[in-house]
Amino acid sequence: MIEVGDLYKSFGDTEVLKGISTSFEKGKTNLIIGQSGSGKTVFMKCMLGLINPDKGYIRYEGRDYSEMALAEKRNLRQEMGMVFQGSALFDSMTVEGNVMFPLDMFTRQSRSEMQDRVDFVLKRVNLVDAHKKFPSEISGGMQKRVAIARAIVMNPKYLFCDEPNSGLDPKTAILIDNLIQEITQEYNITTVINTHDMNSVMEIGEKIVFLKDGWKAWEGSNKDIFRTDNEAVTNFVYSSELFKKVRQMYLEERN
Amino acid sequence: MSYMTSIGSYAIMVVETFKKPTKWHVMRTLILKEIDELIYGSMGIIIFISFFIGGVVAIQTALNISNPLIPKNLIGFATRQSVILEFAPTFTSIIMAGKVGSYITSSIGTMRVTEQIDALEVMGVNSLNYLVFPKIVAMFLYPFVVAIAMYIGIFGGWIAGVFGGFSSSADFVEGLQLDFIPYHVTYSFIKSVVFAFVIATVPSYHGYYMKGGALEVGKAATVSFVWTSVVIIVLNYILTQLMLG
Ligand SMILES: Nc1ncnc2c1ncn2[C@@H]1O[C@H](COP(=O)(O)OP(=O)(O)OP(=O)(O)O)[C@@H](O)[C@H]1O
Ligand SMILES: [Mg+2]
Repeated sequence: MIEVGDLYKSFGDTEVLKGISTSFEKGKTNLIIGQSGSGKTVFMKCMLGLINPDKGYIRYEGRDYSEMALAEKRNLRQEMGMVFQGSALFDSMTVEGNVMFPLDMFTRQSRSEMQDRVDFVLKRVNLVDAHKKFPSEISGGMQKRVAIARAIVMNPKYLFCDEPNSGLDPKTAILIDNLIQEITQEYNITTVINTHDMNSVMEIGEKIVFLKDGWKAWEGSNKDIFRTDNEAVTNFVYSSELFKKVRQMYLEERN
Repeated sequence: MSYMTSIGSYAIMVVETFKKPTKWHVMRTLILKEIDELIYGSMGIIIFISFFIGGVVAIQTALNISNPLIPKNLIGFATRQSVILEFAPTFTSIIMAGKVGSYITSSIGTMRVTEQIDALEVMGVNSLNYLVFPKIVAMFLYPFVVAIAMYIGIFGGWIAGVFGGFSSSADFVEGLQLDFIPYHVTYSFIKSVVFAFVIATVPSYHGYYMKGGALEVGKAATVSFVWTSVVIIVLNYILTQLMLG
């Protein structure tokens, strides 16, 4: 469980986060949605402590993250996994090296144990023939999957994914979404996902926080989101023609 | 004011580099890699430059001796003094600030803009220790580079002096041994240890705290070279005043 309260962040004169309060539950896929530039990435980086918020608190199981010393933060971070928007793979290491890196750094496992774990997670993200390749030699979608593998290799308690399926074809995108949801339920992880993909919202949006210009404009589940009358949300959700038609049908049926 | 802030955050960076050490078996690999990159990889250019600088110093000295009262062994003497006191430690360090410094800034800067440093931090790794510490350790071998630069520089002077017909080998070698003060070598090595630290950390600072994208990485590398050179030149002056003045 992650609780966020009254979170503010500005860069110079631009206020990016304007007092966000919400919570993210364990064993659920929590989604943060919103337009490009609404502050999703900044919000997520605040939760990870990569950006220091100007005001507000972030609590992990009741422990206040912003008040922890750096050493304590680093210990907590070993329980987190993060998939960056641009993958952020170490380009001096192979795919295998990237995924093995956290194991090598923080566990006392033997070489073969680590290798087994790496093979397992890479298989889990449907990547079986790229072990020895470097990040520059694989496609963007493959890089995303390596990033996910690296994020889950340590069995994190908290998983953060910044647009994990952007740049992937629809089929792979759904696969990734389902994978993240399965892992979340299987290991009872608190998962937070930034997305603007409506497919993900419908598939795995157990809890959705809608950001608009740094505000939390709405929150609820994927069951509620198609029924809400909140204008900001409907504008976002029904920006695609397909969803507009679905909405029309729903409203006609209701009346 | 902003210079003071920069110096402050540089100092904080250096302190942070020595905290929460990375596992030894990981660090060992990193150190060996940096030794290969920073030290071994610079040998060629350093040897090349030292040889010719030593040669030029010998020729210049020879051409400036017109008075027959000045002994011929001055050529060897002047070559030894200039190479040991300044050319090997200081001149070489400026070359290193360009070669090694821009490599350090751009490699760390690229990791910053592609969020690889954030990725390290999220995992709970002390990214400064992971990235900068192995470079500092590798650069402790820098005095060996300077020692080689000294030998090669003097050798270059001998070649130019003897084969250019400016001096006999015996005169040159006599000059080399004339009034030799071992402390000058100590002074030179102390300087090179200080410069090594500067070459490892100042470019790291410019890469680590950079903002922006790929274009800014290039700019950061240039700025880093300027500052590394300035710091080396100023410290050279201060150390010379303290140790020889
Ligand atoms: N380091 C920074 N310095 C200054 N402004 C920043 C910084 N990081 C983000 N911003 C600004 O904050 C706003 C929100 O950015 P953010 O990256 O969080 O958007 P986002 O919701 O993740 O968008 P996208 O969906 O495109 O990834 C943007 O207007 C951006 O310009
Ligand atoms: Mg973003």
